[in-house]
Amino acid sequence: MGDTLRSLIDWLFEPTRYFLGSLVAILAVLKFRKFFSLPIVIIAFFVFGTVFFVWAFGDPDFNLIVTKPDNIPIIILIASVVFFSWLSLRRAVINDERTKRGEPTLEGEDAKRKVFTWPDLVYTEFICLILFTALLVIWSIVIAAPLEEPAELSRTPNPSKAPWYFLGLQELLVYFDPWIAGVLLPGFIIVGLCAIPYLDVNPKGNGYYTFDERPFAVGFFWIGFVLFWVSFVILGTFLRGPNWSFFGPFEYWNLHKLEPMVNVDLSTYVWVHFLDRPLPESILLRESPGIVLLLGYFLVLPPLLGKTLLKGLFAQMGPARYHIFFHMMLWFGLIPIKMLARWVLNLKYIVGIPEYFFNV
Amino acid sequence: MQKLLDPIRKTQLWRSVFRHGYPDTPRNRTLAVLSNVFLHLHPVKVRRSGLRLSYTWCMGGLTFFLFLIETITGLLLMFYYRPTAEWAFQDIMGLREHVPIGIMREMHRWAAHMMVITVWLHMYRVFLTGSYKPPREFNWNVGVILLVLTLLLSFTGYLLPWDQLAVWAITVGSNMARATPVLGHEGPGAAFVSFGGLDFIHAGDDARFGLLGGRFVGEGALLRFYVLHCVGIPLAAATLMAIHFWRVRKDGGISGPL
Repeated sequence: MGDTLRSLIDWLFEPTRYFLGSLVAILAVLKFRKFFSLPIVIIAFFVFGTVFFVWAFGDPDFNLIVTKPDNIPIIILIASVVFFSWLSLRRAVINDERTKRGEPTLEGEDAKRKVFTWPDLVYTEFICLILFTALLVIWSIVIAAPLEEPAELSRTPNPSKAPWYFLGLQELLVYFDPWIAGVLLPGFIIVGLCAIPYLDVNPKGNGYYTFDERPFAVGFFWIGFVLFWVSFVILGTFLRGPNWSFFGPFEYWNLHKLEPMVNVDLSTYVWVHFLDRPLPESILLRESPGIVLLLGYFLVLPPLLGKTLLKGLFAQMGPARYHIFFHMMLWFGLIPIKMLARWVLNLKYIVGIPEYFFNV
Repeated sequence: MQKLLDPIRKTQLWRSVFRHGYPDTPRNRTLAVLSNVFLHLHPVKVRRSGLRLSYTWCMGGLTFFLFLIETITGLLLMFYYRPTAEWAFQDIMGLREHVPIGIMREMHRWAAHMMVITVWLHMYRVFLTGSYKPPREFNWNVGVILLVLTLLLSFTGYLLPWDQLAVWAITVGSNMARATPVLGHEGPGAAFVSFGGLDFIHAGDDARFGLLGGRFVGEGALLRFYVLHCVGIPLAAATLMAIHFWRVRKDGGISGPL
């Protein structure tokens, strides 16, 4: 029974299933938010989570990865992101119902009253500070900071992992070359975050939790933050072992587990498989199918949709906002597109010019 | 108790420090905030919504508090640490072996992990409550930069123990800089920056070299990361934090419905 359950969980956590499952779960939680924001749901989550943990602790492989001192923050991250997502959703649902009835939001109700900073605010801050200090001191006494063997540049550990908060980006290295996963995408994340207040033209939902008044913004952030950032960090920490191969939570990190590399470039698909001829000598000709696709994606799609399907959005945002927003979304969209293409078609590069390190 | 302390409160010494009376009156509550350089970061009165933990999650405040913890524990750690390839690891070992009940390194490390989490959750909360909307657009941007600085603080600190984990995590992370378009020697476009067959961008002068002060994670990188970790980034972060907190007040206090 235990073994079957363990192998079932290992099977479930395979990256494709893990990603698609998380996506479906997030969409379901948002869609059926009235149910998922009930207190019983979060209580059930934590009870079930604790039971699972106690049970799984007996497994040596699970125990080994989870009790690594530097992985404890990831457990805290999972618990706090789930809890706060639930809390925000609960308040959003309550607020949306109140708004529908014509009542002020919870925050609106609260904001009517002003209180003195001293003592009301100061003592709240003080209690938070004391509790947190106590937590840190206990944590520090109980668990020693790890120290591995002295640095040795001739001995590469396997797996070599970046600090945990960058593991989401390291996970993207499965699908992209370093210049995209490690430079371009982090850059776009920072620029995109900075651009948010200037791109969001919806004046509603300022200073209170809501879903109905800004479904796209909230949904997008759930997908972007919870799925593509936090869940990828978890994936990179717990489920990626030697050679960045996938390992289930109950699987032994076998150094010799090799996943077959059968990935094919788009150019090979078009010239060799479809047209049945050797790859052209000229790089530009060879990569022309991918280049046409990318140019269409980045240059034709935004104005085309702006004139047709997204006419309303274009009018609402104006050309500058619309194009910046759209390009950010296109870069973001490239991630799931590339992931799907890898899973379904074993696609390696859309445009692959290793001669100039230009691989997309 | 009240009677015992009363004579002390009347002394010149006490009154030179606290310029307001003790009794619990609105006037004294106001003065408690106004006449204190730290508390006057806050307005005298705040909206009730700004106090609700279920609204604010207290994550911004905790992030700032963790920054203070990091500053204090980090300062103490600096007494015992030399950022050279010869001594760095030895000093950390010494810290572990010779300091009885020493928890400063533990506090520093766990608080650093927590700070990354709290700063993410702070951003999450601010987004979900739409608190980046006018008039707070600029402060959201300051916050984004502070979030990046927090990650960089943690990243630079990761190298300092100089163990296998440290060196290889930084190697993996900094390898990305090699692939910077045009500026990294394995980045697209770098091959075009050449003259008469001479490459201008190579492993000895590209973006990664600038980051590490060498072709690999060595002594140069250790010193660079140490200086950035202890002086450069904290100074930048402290400056931006001052702006961030000041703008919170100028933009209408802890966010709430307009």
